[in-house]
Amino acid sequence: MVLRPTFGHVPPFSPGQFNMLYRFGLGEVAISICGDPSRPDEIVHTVRSAGKITSALVRVAPGETVGVRGPYGTGWPLHPMEGKDVVLVAGGLGLPPLRPLLYELLAHRDRFGRLEVIYGARSPKDLVYYDEIQRWRVRSDLRFQVTVDTAGRDWYGDVGLVTARIPDARFEPERTVAYLCGPEIMMKLTAQALEERGVADDAIYLSIERNMKCAVGLCGHCQYGPEFVCRDGPVFSYRDVKPRMALREV
Amino acid sequence: MSGHLRGDPRLKAADHAFFRGFDAAFVERLSTGALEGSYEAGDLLFREGEPANRFFLVFHGKIAIELAAPDRPRRTIETIGPGDVLGWSWLSPPYRWRFDARAVKSTRTLALDAKTLRDDLDASPKDGYQFLQRLLPVIAERLEMARIQILDIHGV
Amino acid sequence: MDELSVGSKRILEREDFPRLLAALTAAGYRVVGPTVRDGAIVYGDIRTEEDLPIGWTDRQEAGTYRLERRNDTALFGFNVGPHSWKKYLFPPRERLWTATRVGSSFDVAVEEDTGPPMAFLGLRACELAGLDVTDRVFDGRVRDPGYHARRARTLLIAVQCGQAGGTCFCVSMGTGPGVTRGYDLALTEIVGPPHHYFLVGVGSPTGASVLRGVPLSPATERETGAAETLLAKTAASMGRSLNTEGIHDLLLTNMEHPRWEIVARRCLSCTNCTMVCPTCFCHTTEEVPELSGDRVERWRRWDSCFNLEFTQLHTSNVRKSPLSRYRQWLTHKLASWYDQFDTSGCIGCGRCITWCPVGIDLTEEVAAIRSTVAASPAVGGHR
Repeated sequence: MVLRPTFGHVPPFSPGQFNMLYRFGLGEVAISICGDPSRPDEIVHTVRSAGKITSALVRVAPGETVGVRGPYGTGWPLHPMEGKDVVLVAGGLGLPPLRPLLYELLAHRDRFGRLEVIYGARSPKDLVYYDEIQRWRVRSDLRFQVTVDTAGRDWYGDVGLVTARIPDARFEPERTVAYLCGPEIMMKLTAQALEERGVADDAIYLSIERNMKCAVGLCGHCQYGPEFVCRDGPVFSYRDVKPRMALREV
Repeated sequence: MSGHLRGDPRLKAADHAFFRGFDAAFVERLSTGALEGSYEAGDLLFREGEPANRFFLVFHGKIAIELAAPDRPRRTIETIGPGDVLGWSWLSPPYRWRFDARAVKSTRTLALDAKTLRDDLDASPKDGYQFLQRLLPVIAERLEMARIQILDIHGV
Repeated sequence: MDELSVGSKRILEREDFPRLLAALTAAGYRVVGPTVRDGAIVYGDIRTEEDLPIGWTDRQEAGTYRLERRNDTALFGFNVGPHSWKKYLFPPRERLWTATRVGSSFDVAVEEDTGPPMAFLGLRACELAGLDVTDRVFDGRVRDPGYHARRARTLLIAVQCGQAGGTCFCVSMGTGPGVTRGYDLALTEIVGPPHHYFLVGVGSPTGASVLRGVPLSPATERETGAAETLLAKTAASMGRSLNTEGIHDLLLTNMEHPRWEIVARRCLSCTNCTMVCPTCFCHTTEEVPELSGDRVERWRRWDSCFNLEFTQLHTSNVRKSPLSRYRQWLTHKLASWYDQFDTSGCIGCGRCITWCPVGIDLTEEVAAIRSTVAASPAVGGHR
C-alpha cells in the first residue's frame, strides 16, 4: 500500500519505525513502514489481512483515504554497522520492517563489509516481495537466501529454518552486526545461533511485536518488562532483552 | 526419473566435511564399495520403505527430503546441500528409508555401502564411536529443526 | 488575624464547615468527594454537607468491605472506598475525537475539554501520592491533554486519616498517613468530644484564596498537637505492611518463583484490582460509529492487564495464562514502575486487597516470595 498525504508533508522516518494506520469507522493498527527512506514523498506499508482492521486495509482502493499517525518508535540503529559485516534475518512478515534498512544499506554499500540476508517463511506462498527478492538475489554485493519451512514439489528453493543458515552464512562474527525481525521464537533461536558463531549479543538487534493502541507509551498494552515497545522499541538490543526472552509470557 | 550410481568414484569421502579429522585409513576402509551418484532435478535418490543400504555424502547440488501422508500431496520438510550427509536408517534395523529423497537440482553424492559401514563400525568400536559422535549432532539438529517446525513459528 | 499564607494553620469549627463548601461553590468549583452509595463510600458530587458520609465508617479486610455506623458524627471517619480520584482526571470512558466522512475521505475533530474546575474534597495522603504517580504517567514524558487540562484546574483538599483501615499500608510505601505536600488545603478532623473542629493547613496560594470569607480562628499549640497525636495513632495501626527493601530486584529476579503458580490458582482475572487501583492507567480505544456510518467517535476506556485481549496479537497472545497476567500486574506495580516513572506504582491504599473477590493480598504475595529468598538482594533503596 502506497500512501500520499492529503495535506502537509510526509515526516521522514527511520528504518524500523511504524505508523498507526486508521480505517474510518474501524480503528487503528500498528504497521511497520517498509518503503525506501530516500523516497520521503510516499508512505509504503505491507499489510497482511489478519483481523478486522487489516482486512479492511488490504481492501483499500486507489483514491481512498487512510488515516496515518507516526512515525513512531525507535528504528534500527545504523551506526553500529559502519565497517562491519551485516546480517539481516527475517521470518515471515519480518521482512517488511527490514526492507527500509536493506534499501538504506544498499544506498551506502561502501560503508560496510559483507551483506547477508536470510529470509524464511512458512511456505512459498507466504513469501512477500517475491519479484524484488529475485532482483536482490542476482546482485553481487549481497547474498540473499530464501528458505521455507515446508514446500511442495513446485518449490526449487531451500527448505528448512533460517537458523540452519547461520552456521554457513558469510560473515566474520567478531565484526558483524545482525538485525532480526520475525516471530519472537525465531528471533530467539537465530540470536542463539549467531551467538554460537561468536557474534556479540549487543551486536544483535531485534524488533519486538506487541499489541499497541496509543503508540505513545501511555495505554500500557505494549509493555515488555519496563519498556513500552511503542516508544522504547520496537527495536531492542538482544543483550537488553535476552533475560526476558528466556522467560515465557512476559 | 532416477539418477545413477556408478563405481570407481572420483569423489573422495576424505574430502567431505563429515569426515574432517578422521583417520585416513579408517575413512578409506569405510569407502570400500562406495558409489558415486549423479542426479538431475527431480531424480529420486531413494524412496520411503526401500532398503536403506547407502549413506550419502552430498558434494554438489540440493536434495529435498520429502514426506507424504495418504491423500495429501508430498511435502518437502528440509533441503540439504554440499557438506551435508543424508540418511541414517541404514544404521539400525529394519534398515528401511523413512522418507523420500529427491534431487532438486543437479546433484552429486558419494554413497557409502551400509553393510561395509556397519561391519567396520562394529569391528572398530573406537572409530565407530567417533563416527557416531559426528553423526549424532546431525541427527539432533534435524530433530530440533523438526520440533521447531511443529511449533509453526510463523503462525497462520 | 494575620494574612493567610502557605504553611498557615487555622481552626475551622465543625458548624462552619458548610461555609467552606459554599466558598468553593462560590469560587466556581464543582466539589466532588466521598458519599455513601450502594453500601460503599464512593466519590461523587458534594452539594451540601449532608452528601458526606456523616457518622459512617468502613471496615475492610482482604475481600471484605462493610459500612458501619460510628458512634459519633465524624464527616471523614473512614478510609478509602472502591473509587479513586483518577476517575475524574482519567475518566473510565472518554471521547477523544470524532471523525466525519467527507466524500471518499474524512475529517477529524479532536475533543476539547471544557469542564468546570473541580475541588477534590477529602483526598487522603496515599491518594495525593497517587496523583503524583498519575501525574508522572499522564503529565510527564508523555502529556495527555485531557488529563493535563483537568489536573491543572483541580483544587486538592486533603484530609488526614484519623484511623487506619484493615488493608492500609501507606506507612510501608512512604505515602502516609500524614499529608505533607502537594495539597491546596489539608484538613485534620478532630471529632471530640467536646470540641468538633478541623485544623486547616494552607498548602498553596489558591488554597489560601478560597478560604477568604470562611470563618477561621488561630490554632493553638494544643489543637495542632491533637492533630499530630491522631496521625501518630493512625500510623501505628496500619492493617498491613510491605517490606519494600530491594523489592524491584526481588520480584524481577524471581519471575519463575513457584509462588506465582499458587496465586494464579486463586486469581480470577476479574480486573477488580486494576479498576480500583488509583494508579493503574492502562486503557484501550474503541470506535463507536453512528448508524448512518458517516460519523464515528473514538472513545478510550479503562482496560486491564488481566484481560486476555490485552496482549492479543493477530495470531498469538503474549500472556495467555492468569499466572503471567498476575505476574505482569504485580511486577509492574511494584518493580518495573520504578524503571518507567521513578516511583513505585503502589501507594499502599489497600484497595486491591479489599476488593479482590478472593482476597488476594499483594503484601502477602511479596512476603511469600521474600521468605524463600535467602539473602536479600543488594541493599540500596527500592531497587
